[in-house]
Amino acid sequence: MPLQAALRQDGERDERQAWLAVLVKASLNELEAAWQALSDKPAYRALRPGETGLVMLRGRIGGTGRPFNLGEMTMTRAAVQLLDPAGQVSHVGFGHVAGRSARRAELVALFDAMLQDPARHGAVAAAVVTPLAATQQAAKAARDVKVMASKVDFFTMVRGE
Amino acid sequence: MIQVADFARLEPGFDDPVRGAQVCFRALLDAMAHPGRIVALPSSLGGAPPVPLGPTAAALALTLCDIDTPVWLDKAASTAAGYLAFHCGAPLVDSPVDARFAIVADAAALPPLDRFALGSDEYPERSATLVIEVADLVEDGGAVLRGPGIRGAARIGIDGLPARFWAERAALAELFPRGIDVVFASGARLAALPRSTRAGL
Repeated sequence: MPLQAALRQDGERDERQAWLAVLVKASLNELEAAWQALSDKPAYRALRPGETGLVMLRGRIGGTGRPFNLGEMTMTRAAVQLLDPAGQVSHVGFGHVAGRSARRAELVALFDAMLQDPARHGAVAAAVVTPLAATQQAAKAARDVKVMASKVDFFTMVRGE
Repeated sequence: MIQVADFARLEPGFDDPVRGAQVCFRALLDAMAHPGRIVALPSSLGGAPPVPLGPTAAALALTLCDIDTPVWLDKAASTAAGYLAFHCGAPLVDSPVDARFAIVADAAALPPLDRFALGSDEYPERSATLVIEVADLVEDGGAVLRGPGIRGAARIGIDGLPARFWAERAALAELFPRGIDVVFASGARLAALPRSTRAGL
């Protein structure tokens, strides 16, 4: 199975994590616009229609302490199967997004499936992932500038004892 | 654990999960309330049922099983394991006695009924519900059912069920409120045999 072989390669797994990280942070409008702009939309069927549930977020104080349950958050997940012209499943994509938008999860899953397809990967990466990543980078950089400008260094003067 | 490559071979579950499960549950309630009645359940699956289960057995599994219900599959139904793991998230168990639901695709090879969990007198609900795929369900067949939900007696024919089933079932009836509930599925139809029913050929 090419999919399994692909996932077994750590390098490719990292690549998939990278594109999913960009896709799940995109808004519904951005994803929908990117989907509508695709000239060659694949046929697909929902393996798992978008379903909303809760996941427990775990944290560690300072990043190193004991894990504790921070709280639950709402998530929506979906899975789609791309169909080749013969009606056979070619690639399977998964989307897990924060919030309750089933369509957003489905679009992430669709792009995930297309990006696993070597024949589509280049076009989708260039048309969808790269612009979204650039937008997200720019937004993060702008916010970093704003945050850094208000940075205050606290220090305590040593008192004579 | 389900293998990654299997995702390409998986079929979708319910077309509309909420409505599909509600329609199926309603049909099951109807069947349970009227033992021996054959209830039609139009398929609401978004794809093919998992081999070798029929649409009704698959819909029952999707409706009833979840992460809290250990499921046992007979040897013939084991090919549906990936489907159940993905869509229900149900843990699969190796031994019938550990299962809350048992899905049996080969009725002729049904294990003896007392191999399943029968519950206890304090907790009779900690018992197994069997979903058995059978060749056919016939109204006014050879089995006679009496008990709650039945006016007088009901007759039903269940094709493909071994004859020993009825003797094993009669032995369990003495243990009430312990016991097992059985749902028979055939194609797009189902019938139920709850533990409160007295049944014989």
